[in-house]
Amino acid sequence: MIGVSKIKQYSNVLDKPLSKGKQEVSLSAFAFLFSELVQYNQTQVDNIAELERSRLEDAGYAVGARCLELLCHREKGNRRETRLLGILSFVHSTVWKVLFGKVADSLEKGTEHEDEYMISEKELLVNRFISIPKDMGTFNCGAFVAGIVRGVLDNAGFPAVVTAHFVPMEGQQRPRTTILIKFAEEVLRREARVG
Amino acid sequence: MAAIYNLYIINKSGGLIFYKDYGSAGRMDTNDSLRVASLWHSMHAISQQLSPVLGCAGIDLLEADNFDLHCFQSLTGTKFFVVCEPGTLHMENLLKYMYELYTDYVLKNPFYEMEMPIRCELFEISLSQAIQKDRVALLGR
Repeated sequence: MIGVSKIKQYSNVLDKPLSKGKQEVSLSAFAFLFSELVQYNQTQVDNIAELERSRLEDAGYAVGARCLELLCHREKGNRRETRLLGILSFVHSTVWKVLFGKVADSLEKGTEHEDEYMISEKELLVNRFISIPKDMGTFNCGAFVAGIVRGVLDNAGFPAVVTAHFVPMEGQQRPRTTILIKFAEEVLRREARVG
Repeated sequence: MAAIYNLYIINKSGGLIFYKDYGSAGRMDTNDSLRVASLWHSMHAISQQLSPVLGCAGIDLLEADNFDLHCFQSLTGTKFFVVCEPGTLHMENLLKYMYELYTDYVLKNPFYEMEMPIRCELFEISLSQAIQKDRVALLGR
């Protein structure tokens, strides 16, 4: 018979296996949605700092929290990261690969402070079509991605302050973006104890 | 060598939202470019009424002694037109490509207000790159 579905019907939706989902999403659709998110939040806040920190970052935080749960189940077989480098490489490779289709360009340890790490990217996917007007100063829509990273780290037990910065490069017209991760005191103390 | 003189984008009400000139010929100051934009908008609209053929969408090409003017109108009424040397080839493709760049770097920019002048750095950078490539391609012929 034409059109007979071979899919097994589950009586309870909770019994359905967690599918891999569609691997690809239209970039244009995402770009328009993200643009609308920024525009909507712009009308709700009084200043740029608030837009960046409380709105975009918090939106990203929610995404990060859910991403961590999903990826731990799908990619890592429900193993939990307990070491700093482990969780950082998880963010740098797995999270980036699933969200943006490629691993992040680089992961570096800060030279000035022990608790700082940086994930660099030539151009963040969310910023691909966005030109920041001159009067917005150092505003970076990458705050959304910083929020995602903070959500992942926070819910994995590594509280941190995460921010996104533009770093101008000589010889390049567009600055590269750096996600700066500053871990809380307790994380470093715990890491030192575990050795 | 075929060259492009200037590029215009006008919104659906006829206001100039983008103007760029290349090369020394046909350079215009702000007032003149605004005037040309509204003039072209009106002519384009009138031509649709005057056309003896039903379903005319407007003027695609204007050929004069010293220049050609190619025009592309999107489905939303935004018009892209380019003033170039007579006989320049591939201008339609350039206009279509410009339309793609517009949808990418202007419409997906959250800081751009619709129908306002375009102030998007990425749009201007990629447009310049396209024009350079076109120049190089034309040189090679």
